[in-house]
Amino acid sequence: MSSADAVAGMLWVGVTAYAVFGGADFGAGFWSLVAGGDSRGRRARGLIDWAIGPVWEANHVWLIFVLVVLWTGFSLAFESIFSTLFIPLSLAALGIVLRGSGFAFHHTARRVRGRAIAERLFGVSSLLTPFFLGTVVGAIAAGRVPVGNAVGDAVTSWLNPLSLLIGALFVATSAYLAAVFLVSDARRAGADDLERYFASRALATAVATGALAIAGLVALRADARYVYDGLTGDGLPLVIVSLLCGAAVLVLLRRGARRGPRPLAVGAVVAVVWGWGVAQHPYLLPQVLTIDAGAAPSDTLTALLIVLAIAVVLVLPSIGLLFTLTQRNLVEEGERPRPHTSGS
Amino acid sequence: MWLTDSLPMAASQLGPARSQMAFTLGFHIVLASLGVAFPAIMLIANYRGLRHNDPDALLLARRWSKVVAVTFAVGAVTGTVLSFEFGLLWPEFTGRFGKVFGVLFAIEGIFFFLEAIFVAIYIFGWERLRPWTHFWAGVPIAITGLGGAYSVVAVNSWMNQPQGFSPTSGNVTKVEPLKVIFNPAVPYEVPHMILAAYLMTGFLVASVYAVGMLRGRRDRYHRLGLLIPLTVASIATPIQFAVGDTAARAIAKDQPIKFAGMECVQQTSTDVTEYIYGRCTAGGVKGGIGIPGFDSFLVGFSTSTQVTGLDSVPPDDRPPANTMLHWAFDTMVGICTALIALGLWLAFVWWRRRDIPQTRWFLRATAVSGVAAIVALECGWIVTEVGRQPWIVYNVMRTEDAVTQASGVWVTFTLVLALYAALGAALVITLRAMARRWREAGDEDSGEPYGPSADAPAEVPLEGAR
Repeated sequence: MSSADAVAGMLWVGVTAYAVFGGADFGAGFWSLVAGGDSRGRRARGLIDWAIGPVWEANHVWLIFVLVVLWTGFSLAFESIFSTLFIPLSLAALGIVLRGSGFAFHHTARRVRGRAIAERLFGVSSLLTPFFLGTVVGAIAAGRVPVGNAVGDAVTSWLNPLSLLIGALFVATSAYLAAVFLVSDARRAGADDLERYFASRALATAVATGALAIAGLVALRADARYVYDGLTGDGLPLVIVSLLCGAAVLVLLRRGARRGPRPLAVGAVVAVVWGWGVAQHPYLLPQVLTIDAGAAPSDTLTALLIVLAIAVVLVLPSIGLLFTLTQRNLVEEGERPRPHTSGS
Repeated sequence: MWLTDSLPMAASQLGPARSQMAFTLGFHIVLASLGVAFPAIMLIANYRGLRHNDPDALLLARRWSKVVAVTFAVGAVTGTVLSFEFGLLWPEFTGRFGKVFGVLFAIEGIFFFLEAIFVAIYIFGWERLRPWTHFWAGVPIAITGLGGAYSVVAVNSWMNQPQGFSPTSGNVTKVEPLKVIFNPAVPYEVPHMILAAYLMTGFLVASVYAVGMLRGRRDRYHRLGLLIPLTVASIATPIQFAVGDTAARAIAKDQPIKFAGMECVQQTSTDVTEYIYGRCTAGGVKGGIGIPGFDSFLVGFSTSTQVTGLDSVPPDDRPPANTMLHWAFDTMVGICTALIALGLWLAFVWWRRRDIPQTRWFLRATAVSGVAAIVALECGWIVTEVGRQPWIVYNVMRTEDAVTQASGVWVTFTLVLALYAALGAALVITLRAMARRWREAGDEDSGEPYGPSADAPAEVPLEGAR
């Protein structure tokens, strides 16, 4: 394996982590948006705030990681993607700003009179980012991003059926992941009603995600043949793993199983992201730019791999520490949601 | 004809792109400075609180940690915007040189990641971790802040003193990462920025308590809240003056045209007059206070030192807005000088009476020092950024060649202005609301993202549970 492939692999680890953790965060924002104003909706939002608080920042650092590895390891691809896809990436950034501000100020927003509008705004932001990142992925898959500074079409590159479908798929996937995560968080908080609440939503979004994924495959076949052939060729085992994981989550959720849904849901997403990576290999931009052709000089790649190795040694244990402390409730925000009482 | 066709197009993106970059960076730099320096000041209070069993210091540390949480969260957002802007605004710059400077951002990523993790542990750990364990969980925040500052500022240093890559025109095929990471501008630019962060944060935090004391809240809690950050800032300021002086001399050598712009030196000559303010024109400085020979003296400790003038390069290679550049430099130096005087005032009274000066004039001066320090910081940033123009990579790549060809930057710039105005307002409203709540209720419930809260069930969004 060349060092360019190794760096591309690290990039893909970052993409996977952002898809899982960032996705779950945006999905949580989605559930906040649709929870409604009644008492159950407020309880659901309370659980979401409680569960997300300690890990929000760490979730979003993955995006920075992806951007930095992309522009360092594959500068030309970064230039091409960010200039041609100026519009959807600006809108994705807008979503991140709103989501981040919503997180930073949600307590304040709760106190002011415009609270409902503020919450709506923050919730909508959770749709913006996954959707427009999805359109970006669609544009790349279909080979609509030529090499150079804004060489591709500024609008049709991402405003097409395939991109829109993948955008919708990203929104559904993040809602699905978040719902599965929140089932566990509700159990950790001992809130049975919220556990059922999110379990039923996880089931519904699992079905929606599956349907969108199948529609996406059909669209890929028509519009992005290279990636379709990859997914049904070398990437097929991973696609099957993803399908099996997804199906297993459905069964386990219906049975109300305690363990299993969360790692399996993550597994489904991880498998499909890597299936995609395998399908695209050896291209960064399918049929436009290969990993080797787009890679930085070897000294840069070596330096990047050294830095990433140091990152693994330093960051992973720290993340582990944070998640462990969170799961043991040694670090937590405010009140934990309480079991539902009939007196309300 | 291609020239007349393509130029207006490029020019139309350059204006809004530069404005958006300047605005978002100018906004972020305040939050980033708080992120670098505030945790250290918070830990000093925490240490004092535990070591000397000082409840006031401990309360300060606890409340400051909540402010750190809010500013860190907002700073993470504005920082993410900047990383998008590397591609959205300057794709040719990043496309050509991302492989050169990118490793520094990868290093920064480690520091930022660790900082985010330990901020979360520290903020959420107040209730449940043991006191000294909790303190030590905070120490990595201050260390990673320094590392992150090095990495980011070193990229800017590299833009001022590019090296470690070849060829210098066209596609870069060879990179020497160590020469990039330790480029010649690092030794003066990085310490200058880190000290600026400590200086700005120290005066800004102290100014909040100075205002409180002016309004009659002169208890020990407020005096300590003023003393700890003001001491840090007062130590940083004279060091900053010396570092800045060294930096200016280094720039006179490394980037003579930037220096000529800062000092309005039109013709290369010896015995150059140092002008304080004044209007820069092609015929020399109009108005302002002139000190004959002093500019030459500052550059080489002798009035016979030759200073390079703007006339040594064609007009296209000179920085724009010369008067603004000159004023920004003079304002930065002037404010730093005044802040040194404030620090000396504190030091003198402390030496005589072991207390902070109690006169209203001292409190008034401290109250404005925070805003003054922010102005100085922004001026310094203007000097280094505008002074480097028209180059994005000094003498290698022009800013106009780096900008995106995508149209619509003026739309995003307008949106950014509105969004950041709301963000800034929300930040100020939130911090003021927190302060008011602390003052009125004195409880530990507050409105920041990672609130360690007391057992009081107030404000818990669980109406349904009751």
